[in-house]
Amino acid sequence: MGIRFDKLGVVIAAIAGYGAFLAPFATFRANRIVAGEPRSVLEALPSPVGLVLLAILVAAGLVALFRTPLAARLGASALALAVLALLIGNAGAYLTPEGNTFARVSPASGFWLLIFAFTLLLADVLTRLQLSPAGRVVLLGMAAAAIWLLLASGQWDSLSILKEYANRADSFWNEATRHVQLALGSLAAAVLVGIPLGILCHRVEALRAGVLNVLNIVQTIPSIALFGILIAPLGWVAANIPGASALGIRGIGAAPAFVALFLYSLLPVVANTVVGLAGVPRAANDAARGMGMTGAQRLWGVEFPLAFPVVLTGIRIVLVQNIGLATIAALIGGGGFGVFVFQGVGQTAMDLVLLGAVPTVALAFAAAIILDAVVEHVATRRSTTVAA
Amino acid sequence: MKAWVPLLLRLGLLALLVAFLSNPLWFEPVLRPLTQNGAPAIYNQGSLSSLAFQHLRTVAIATAAAIVVAVALAILVTRPAGAEFLPLSRSLVNIGQTFPPVAVLALAVPAVGFGEKPTLIALFLYGLLPIFENTLTGLTTTPANVVEAARGAGMTGWQRLLKIELPLSLPVILAGIRLSVVISLATATIGSTVAAKTLGEVIIAGLQSNNLAFVLQGGLIVAALAVLIYDALTALERMAARRMGQVPAAG
Repeated sequence: MGIRFDKLGVVIAAIAGYGAFLAPFATFRANRIVAGEPRSVLEALPSPVGLVLLAILVAAGLVALFRTPLAARLGASALALAVLALLIGNAGAYLTPEGNTFARVSPASGFWLLIFAFTLLLADVLTRLQLSPAGRVVLLGMAAAAIWLLLASGQWDSLSILKEYANRADSFWNEATRHVQLALGSLAAAVLVGIPLGILCHRVEALRAGVLNVLNIVQTIPSIALFGILIAPLGWVAANIPGASALGIRGIGAAPAFVALFLYSLLPVVANTVVGLAGVPRAANDAARGMGMTGAQRLWGVEFPLAFPVVLTGIRIVLVQNIGLATIAALIGGGGFGVFVFQGVGQTAMDLVLLGAVPTVALAFAAAIILDAVVEHVATRRSTTVAA
Repeated sequence: MKAWVPLLLRLGLLALLVAFLSNPLWFEPVLRPLTQNGAPAIYNQGSLSSLAFQHLRTVAIATAAAIVVAVALAILVTRPAGAEFLPLSRSLVNIGQTFPPVAVLALAVPAVGFGEKPTLIALFLYGLLPIFENTLTGLTTTPANVVEAARGAGMTGWQRLLKIELPLSLPVILAGIRLSVVISLATATIGSTVAAKTLGEVIIAGLQSNNLAFVLQGGLIVAALAVLIYDALTALERMAARRMGQVPAAG
């Protein structure tokens, strides 16, 4: 038998087939909070366009289904994703009645399943290609540019999530800035405190178990609980220490969120600094000592550079974790994308939830890819210089 | 430090937690100074102990389901029949863990509506990742010579899996379950924003009515539960590692 099925392809083709032919492609709602009516691909798009989309999807599904060369699978998944991203905008424009500003069109389960299926295919191809760190970052940049183009061209403007955005464009960017400030600011503070603390724990063994245990316990406390617990002491500081409230320290708001994120960030930074320093080969240290280097020279010239990739891994964990956790800050008035998530949940306006959730996921995902690439780059450069 | 000090601290914390949940009014004088304008100092819109029970039940159901599915999937992709899925499943776990639990929770709402269901779904989906990842690590790092010896002794694939590979991986799998439970306890707390009955309700009610006593008691109960459960699971993990003759991992 010449033709063979690809096992993963069977799963992908099944999901894509269900998404394209049985599940609704888009949801039409008369206004932003009423229940939606499902629309299939052929109902959501003018018929020639709908038929072309189905033809492309079937072809891409077939490429996935059988054992085909990686290049074909890459092309098929990229084409299917691009066409889906482009045409969901057309569905929005086609389904919205002329001049109606209340009607909302959003992607429905079929669209999401199709995106999921072909993202699986793309992810599988990219995993098998084993791209270099730089290659992955370039690919991320290309995907970001494509999404930016679609947004800037107005192709998606008729979709519900962008109508939510249009209603609150100013506050969106304020909350975005706040979100990034919370995530990056607490990370910076944790690096400034955590690395010296980690070095101290490495040098003073008596300190190590105690510090790591306390940080471990902090990490275990659920975020909203920690935010809540911090409200009382920070409120007291604001009320009783002169100048504290002028610095923006308050019981509720960004201050407890910042402190909580900082505390959560400490464990990965400190623990990875300790692990990294403990993994420095004794020979390297002895050689440095033999060359007459002082303790501080050895630390910054030999030990820390050798431990750096492990420390960086800790920073990667913290950044991705903080971007996610900063969402909770909205519950205590700390701002960030969580504002839209929780407002949306409160108003049962799911597109508003998406307006908060999608950028958060995109930020966390981009941070993970970029920092993974940096970690890998630093680690391979280190091992090649050590080998040479 | 003497070995019994941490144990004593934990027993004390447990006793305090049980006392608070069974008779919160005893603690009223302590929390009274945090309230304003005669607001109640102890949560009065439901019993704290039943909220704690429902919180734990939600976590337990979701984690049990996540363990079954994650371990089964990890076994599947490490058998020859599922080997084609192994590289992709690794990437998927990495990608999945960049999704914040809150986003998973909020996105489950349009699919199934408000209440317990979106929370269970979010806890289940997010709980899968650490368990799957650790089971995969355990099953792929079983020493090759041990597996070879079992094969030489005439064990079938199933026997090797059940008697060698899974028992040897147990400590790592338990570590994954512990991570998953800790994340689930936190996510379940936020579940009260989508109307699930959990301890988060107390914190949210306190934030909405500006009642610091509610916020603090909710936060402290959740924190105490999380720390105690984390410790208990760590102890279980050490026991398993010792039985397997492995050096228990630190932390």
